[in-house]
Amino acid sequence: MIRTFGIILTLIGVAFLFFSLFLEYETPLELSGSASYYAASTAEDTGSANLVSAIVVTYRGLDTLGEVTILFLTSSIMSYMLKTKKARNQRTFRESSELLRTASALLVPFIILLGVFIFVHGHLSPGGGFQGGAVLASALVLLLVADPLYTVQSRILSVIESSSGFLYVLLGLSGLLFGAGFLDSRVLPTGRVGELFSAGLIPLIYILIGLKVGTELSNLLSVFHSVQGQDLMEDEGGAR
Amino acid sequence: MNIGSIAMGAGFLLVLIGLWGILTRTHIIQIIVSFSVVDTGVHLIMVAAGYMHQRTAPIISEGLAASDAPSLVVDPLPQALVLTAIVIGLGVTALMLAFALRIHEKNDTLEIKNIERLRW
Repeated sequence: MIRTFGIILTLIGVAFLFFSLFLEYETPLELSGSASYYAASTAEDTGSANLVSAIVVTYRGLDTLGEVTILFLTSSIMSYMLKTKKARNQRTFRESSELLRTASALLVPFIILLGVFIFVHGHLSPGGGFQGGAVLASALVLLLVADPLYTVQSRILSVIESSSGFLYVLLGLSGLLFGAGFLDSRVLPTGRVGELFSAGLIPLIYILIGLKVGTELSNLLSVFHSVQGQDLMEDEGGAR
Repeated sequence: MNIGSIAMGAGFLLVLIGLWGILTRTHIIQIIVSFSVVDTGVHLIMVAAGYMHQRTAPIISEGLAASDAPSLVVDPLPQALVLTAIVIGLGVTALMLAFALRIHEKNDTLEIKNIERLRW
């Protein structure tokens, strides 16, 4: 009884807080200080057409490095926590329909191509390393739905993941030597705004982030998928 | 009532719904889903805070010269922060699901009422 009362009181309090915040909020008409700096001088500073990419990779590059580290930590903690020695229970799968199998074989290359397109064009169009990496991992989801017994080559994944993370830090350090500071993207020429080969290190860093995020999410998926132990196909009665 | 304040109101509403779910549900998976709802609400509030009426996406193109950008684009900073927040939220959700799997392995249930050490 006291618990229900407390819950209702908490919710009403938070709702009151939110409502007063909402009523007092006014949409600004001008960009604030740092935002107007980013809007005015990003093109000149970095050569990137997408302002959000420039902020994520260059102006706040250290945040992004920390973010990638957190994702890496999550992935390794999960691999450690969900590592099971004994196969506790068996799962049986129905064989997926021919439509799904054919469509997945047909679509997976195009999904991977779209993911690569998104992170290569991160400095020109909406998107970037994280979005492209998520698209790459969605190709694996389709593969696993179509064929539940599909085994992921986790060795290749971990090699790609660790080498791209290492290269990312190395590119950041090259900014320390040849540019203005750690993770400065002006090591390479900035070029003309809007061209594919422009914006210094931003496309390279986004390619590495895309590969790293894609392999990390794939690793998470395969860990969750393989946690239950032995898998069987229903109509065959034995592991393939 | 422009689209920015609608998005912000919806964000506050989502945070409230998620909070209600966290406080009242007793199934661990439902609590994790409520956490994700709170997460989504916070992202929506942050993007809405950067929205400005009748402005365009912060990408320089043929129609948007770099010199006009400060008076024509929405605030790019909250969008970059939300990008970070989404990734961190994904990591937190994945960790919570891993803990849920461990709890299920140990207790064969995810209902808090049936787990001695999680009851309150």
